[in-house]
Amino acid sequence: MIVSHEWLKQFVPHNMSPVQVGDLMSRHTVTLDGIESAGADLSAFVVGQVVSCVPHSNSDRLSLTKVDNGSGELLDVVCGAQNIVVGTKYPFAKTGTTMPNGITIEKRKIRGETSNGMLCSARELGLGEDHDGILALTTAAAPGTPLLDVLGPGDARLNLDVLPNRPDLLSHRGVARELAAITGLPYNLLPLENLDTSLALHADHTIGGQAVTQPTNTQGVRTATHNGITITVEDSASCPHYLAVTVRGVKVGESPAWLKQRLSSIGVRSISNVVDFTNYVLHGYGQPVHAFDLGKLAGSSIVVRPTRAGESLVTLDGVERKIATGTTVICDGERPVALAGIMGGRDSEVVETTTDLLIEIASFDARFVRKTRRQVNLSTDASYRFERGTDVHALEEVAALAVFMLPRIAGGTVESLIYVGAEEAETKYVPVRLERVSQLIGVNVSAPECIRYLQSLGCTVATLADPLAPTDVADDDYSETKTLHVTAPTWRNDLNLEVDFIEEIARLNGFDTLPDELRATRPGNVPDHPLHIVGRRVRDALVSAGLAETRPMPFTKTGDESLRVRNPLAEDEPYLRQSILETLAHRAEFNLTRMQGNIRLFEIGNAFVASKERLPREEVRVGALIMGMRRPPHFTEPNPPAFDMWDALNLALVMVKTAFPPGLGMLSVEQLDGDVLWEITTFEGKKIGSVVRLRLDKPVWADEAFGVELTLGLMPSGDIAPRGKNAHGKFEQVQPDAVEDAKTYVARSALETHRTEASKDGRESRPSVVPGIHAKYKAIPTTPAAEFDLALIVPPGVSAIDVDAVLRGTGGDLLEKVELFDEFRGAGIPEGSRSLAFHLTFRHPERTLKEKEIEGRRMALLDALNKKLGIKPRAS
Amino acid sequence: MTFEEFSERSDDLKDKIFAFFLSTDLSTRLDVVKGQLNHEKEAALAALQSEIPRLDPADRRSAGIKFNELKQGIQALLDAFIAKQAAAAGVSAAVDLTMPPRRSWKGSLHPVTLVIDEISDIFRELGFTIALGPEAETDFYNFGALNFPPDHPAMELHDTLYLGQDTLLRTHTSPVQVRTLQQYAPPVRVLCPGQVYRRDFFDATHAPAFMQIEGLAIDEGISFVDLKATLSEFARRFYGGSRRVRFGPSYFPFVEPGAQMDVEVDLGDGKGLRWVEILGCGMVHPNVLEAAGVDSETYTGWAFGMGPARIAMSRHDIPDIRLLYDSDVRFLEQFAR
Repeated sequence: MIVSHEWLKQFVPHNMSPVQVGDLMSRHTVTLDGIESAGADLSAFVVGQVVSCVPHSNSDRLSLTKVDNGSGELLDVVCGAQNIVVGTKYPFAKTGTTMPNGITIEKRKIRGETSNGMLCSARELGLGEDHDGILALTTAAAPGTPLLDVLGPGDARLNLDVLPNRPDLLSHRGVARELAAITGLPYNLLPLENLDTSLALHADHTIGGQAVTQPTNTQGVRTATHNGITITVEDSASCPHYLAVTVRGVKVGESPAWLKQRLSSIGVRSISNVVDFTNYVLHGYGQPVHAFDLGKLAGSSIVVRPTRAGESLVTLDGVERKIATGTTVICDGERPVALAGIMGGRDSEVVETTTDLLIEIASFDARFVRKTRRQVNLSTDASYRFERGTDVHALEEVAALAVFMLPRIAGGTVESLIYVGAEEAETKYVPVRLERVSQLIGVNVSAPECIRYLQSLGCTVATLADPLAPTDVADDDYSETKTLHVTAPTWRNDLNLEVDFIEEIARLNGFDTLPDELRATRPGNVPDHPLHIVGRRVRDALVSAGLAETRPMPFTKTGDESLRVRNPLAEDEPYLRQSILETLAHRAEFNLTRMQGNIRLFEIGNAFVASKERLPREEVRVGALIMGMRRPPHFTEPNPPAFDMWDALNLALVMVKTAFPPGLGMLSVEQLDGDVLWEITTFEGKKIGSVVRLRLDKPVWADEAFGVELTLGLMPSGDIAPRGKNAHGKFEQVQPDAVEDAKTYVARSALETHRTEASKDGRESRPSVVPGIHAKYKAIPTTPAAEFDLALIVPPGVSAIDVDAVLRGTGGDLLEKVELFDEFRGAGIPEGSRSLAFHLTFRHPERTLKEKEIEGRRMALLDALNKKLGIKPRAS
Repeated sequence: MTFEEFSERSDDLKDKIFAFFLSTDLSTRLDVVKGQLNHEKEAALAALQSEIPRLDPADRRSAGIKFNELKQGIQALLDAFIAKQAAAAGVSAAVDLTMPPRRSWKGSLHPVTLVIDEISDIFRELGFTIALGPEAETDFYNFGALNFPPDHPAMELHDTLYLGQDTLLRTHTSPVQVRTLQQYAPPVRVLCPGQVYRRDFFDATHAPAFMQIEGLAIDEGISFVDLKATLSEFARRFYGGSRRVRFGPSYFPFVEPGAQMDVEVDLGDGKGLRWVEILGCGMVHPNVLEAAGVDSETYTGWAFGMGPARIAMSRHDIPDIRLLYDSDVRFLEQFAR
């Protein structure tokens, strides 16, 4: 909402600066987004004094002047104005100054005489419409003084960020009312601007001796006729009030200067006196008004009715718009003439030749206007206000304004004022408990203060539930008052509940005046979400491993139809992702196109799985992608090797060990023919992740990419409880899926903690932490180890894990460690077989192992390997 | 003594020291070597020096020079010995110790994560725990339970991405408030970080998915003063104690009174200190508490919400929001610590 500082003063005379007003609004009402000058930037102009003036030798219109601009040197200036008086001061623009119309003043020759600047008229400075001559300044200021010091800063525009709850602030009067409430200054309901006020204003309800016509009501249709003009409202739900003012004999033409000034101060272009009036009322009073050319309304009538099939209307902007059924339209005797509450039709537009007007001052239902606005996809200043709600009470005032103003700015005579509308709603008193006011704000606000704040906003406040009941309490004695009974003014449809009025008291009292020292609080009942804790652990481990966390856009080009966003803005990526690696792979390709081949990315985020439930299944997962050099190059190793699958496998192990309590996750080996290298499963066999080879769209120089993805847990999205109900202490009942799922995930432990505690004392869950991974201490060995190597020839089809299992199974309790340290194929090894070499460590906890014991174990191992797997020792 | 004799004795001493270093084992500890050297040279040097004044005055200057040369020569022999000893010990003079270390890759956290962590750490100290919720939500949790009037312009502040008739991608983290309140009885003090979605074009200042962080405190007797005190304390810790903070009215359907907190900051654009809105906040609307099955007469509380991406962008001078999503490794590695 753009507010003119000067216009605001018409409603609330004050001498605060725009900055002060803006600050008050920010603190008590609505945020000030900024202040700008309403006029052109005049900071480059100075006061110039004409010290001599002679006629130009080659022109009878131009004069040759010498101007003192304070520079210490008299400048030759050629001037075309006829009102130059020697010794008088004028606004002066030196060469190089840019005028408000964008033209830059240059030193140039005019008919042979050099001109070093320009003396300016009011119009040239954007200060008014007067262009009869240059602007004489009546000032004692010395030549060279900045013009702004002489003129004052001029009007300013305050840009207020009005939110949807405060449509009453979408007008100068609304903002003024608020300013008056904040400051306690008086405010004018209907300021009369520069109009001739010798005539009485409130001729409103009796115009030219003709009474306002009352509506008749048959079958929900309201209608009224006066002077041959008929207003009919068939659909009073969408149009509760319709007020028409007719004026005959107007002359459409230019607006008076003051009106142009008002509109230009908020950046609205002057069009004609009649149109300017409607804009003046809209921005001044917040009431959208439409002017019809009465002569073009068939049957001199207005009918507000539901749309009929196939109707259309060419609106003022020249666009033919089809009107869908189910909305309401404003018609004359024959056809639609306006989209109610949005825009009028071109055929009934007020033009230069118009002499008779019908001014529509109506209120339209917010939902209905929004529906129509969406259907025709046309948003206007009017629809914006109707959609948020207008003040029913303002209709009469604006009608009075029309009656008073139109004849004065456009001539003509007001003929009729016709009103068709619903009965006024019953006054509703809302109880506001003073104790609750203090409780919610946190400090005591006294009854008289509360009453003062509420009344300053236009509320009616009574201290008794029945304001008409007799009382013997003095008017200013509030010692017994516990509850105020408050009615909101008609322009505040956002004030309905007790808490709404408490907010008004709080903000007028001011948030700044409240103390801000911390008060004691009880600890909360909510434990940290297990997935947050786990996510953080995994995240830290991956950062330590040298990976960069990223947060890419989680949409994809292709996906499951049930995971498609219905109304995406970017049609190329409308699907929710089903895997984190898919996103990371695209991000890697993005890096490759930018010649970056060393990529180590990870993300902890949500992936979506299509589900039969209302919402997709949502899983919190970690994904990691590695490609490129395993280490940064160093002069000792200028070309480090690239990451391979074994690095990816290690990352998977890091994730599993960090995320899950010991022993929960395990890896299963897959066949090496697909892109999935390893699957990560739980001991129950549930697949929770994988290590994969990624097929990227990559240039030849890029290395192979590997990825790991692991599900950390399910993010339950079922309803916790129906509206108005809770599930305190009943976690399992409401989230069976989550519990079932969590059994295989880390979240299990946290949930079990809740369960136990809830059952133990019958109370709600208490905060607990996810159990840490607490390793048990093993005694540091004091006896020496016995170590030896086994070099084996392993036949085809036998995998390392099989060999490992036999070694561990046969080695006995004293076998401490089995390490695979070499794989070899080639000379000396039968075709298809390979050699695997293991390093084994044995240790007795109490004594040194004897040579014989070690040799015995070695033989036993070789024997078992041969019998079970057909493995022979490799001849050394 | 003649100058010739002085010169001869000087040369003899130098030869003797030379021989001493030749005969000294390189493995001898340096302090021992220095001790022996002193033993060899001190008396001889002193004796030689005492001869200088007795020489023919014409020779004294030359003798002085000769004597200094001798001392410097001995020092040079010692330096050479130390160098040899060092070389023998394996630290060759050929090793250039200014060369760079062998490094490992440095991981990094996303700049938005850094901001969320910092905010979380402050609120954790103020007694808040972390609550999470789903990103795909129902209309009820995202709007209905949060007192959004159906078909109201307030909905237009939330351009929504829909998955179905009444399912959507959450437009704010506030649904987590309702879920948490339904699940746990007050007192509740939680912080809800999470990804939210809006139907926005992806350009330099907008993104259709972004992080938000929200806080909620519900208990008996919680007032706007608690809101102001807690959030002011947060601002002092996050921005530094000298920053001025102010609260002004704002509007969100799920709070009443609704407010916003502004902090006076210098954005580094040469315009000096100015008020910048940091977060929206307010007292939780009784309709929200009732929708979550919490008695709004007994319990009151406050909530706030803020956008960590905007803070990350301003503190790191990131000019384009898309940089936060691109995942360019050259961008991400700048946040390694």
